[in-house]
Amino acid sequence: MASPQPRIGVVTYPGSQDDRDALWALAALDAEAVAVWHEEPELPDLDAVVLPGGFSYGDHLRCGAIARFSPATAAVREFADAGGLVLGICNGFQILCEAALLPGALLRNESLRFVCRDVRLTVERHDLPFTARCTAGRRIVLPVKHGDGRYLPPPDLDPAQVVLRYVDNPNGSIDDIAGVCNGAGNVMGLMPHPEHAVDRLLGSDDGALLLASLVDAARERVLAAI
Amino acid sequence: MKATVLVRPKPGILDPQGEAVGSALGHLGFDVQDARVGKVIDLEVEAADEATARVEVEQMCERLLANPLIESYEVEIVG
Repeated sequence: MASPQPRIGVVTYPGSQDDRDALWALAALDAEAVAVWHEEPELPDLDAVVLPGGFSYGDHLRCGAIARFSPATAAVREFADAGGLVLGICNGFQILCEAALLPGALLRNESLRFVCRDVRLTVERHDLPFTARCTAGRRIVLPVKHGDGRYLPPPDLDPAQVVLRYVDNPNGSIDDIAGVCNGAGNVMGLMPHPEHAVDRLLGSDDGALLLASLVDAARERVLAAI
Repeated sequence: MKATVLVRPKPGILDPQGEAVGSALGHLGFDVQDARVGKVIDLEVEAADEATARVEVEQMCERLLANPLIESYEVEIVG
């Protein structure tokens, strides 16, 4: 039997920017990429969900604070609570923090400047559905582009929830944290953009390590359900 | 009824915007020890009395206007 193609949804909010890149990257990595509109109160049949980068609702009040109340975000919460795989990239990470699906908050960069460049990262967890294609302590290069990426963990953050750390901290994040997961390990958020780095032509294909890990994990869930 | 919400970065949380403002005031010759930048949200709410309005606005703060991890808030009912 041919290996099944997992269905991975990408939610588009008003002001999302990187939804198309995420859809393209997932399709390039052999997933069936499904666009999900933010007004949809129920998700279609999906094996994983990505919340993309951008500036949902113009970043008004706080980044992600308003998208948190979208019907699709409520559906994503149900999906995550049932153990579904959810990855938030940049603004998607901010939304997951505001929705308390991930711990902590993202604040204005310490420099007060928008930062747009490639950064080096250390993969702290390689046992997650989002990182399984990485080896322990592996360094990867991904682009960042954000004004509000300074991660502030809650005082009780379990260090095991830190998935990625910056080698050269671009935004003043506490403990160089670039990406975290929830306690169960089925929800992850990161500020760098794996979906912009799936082809060497664009400077790095290290993003494919993360997204292909997600596609693998989603495919395993399809197989487990057969 | 008019209500004003003051949202402040919590003590101990780095506020680079406040630091930039403090340093600019220093350059203007003012002797400023510390500056923190928050937000003011003015609201007009329907409520029977001040106490009801306060409860309502505090719920707004808890649910949306402030992020309790990083911000504190104060509610003033102006009447």
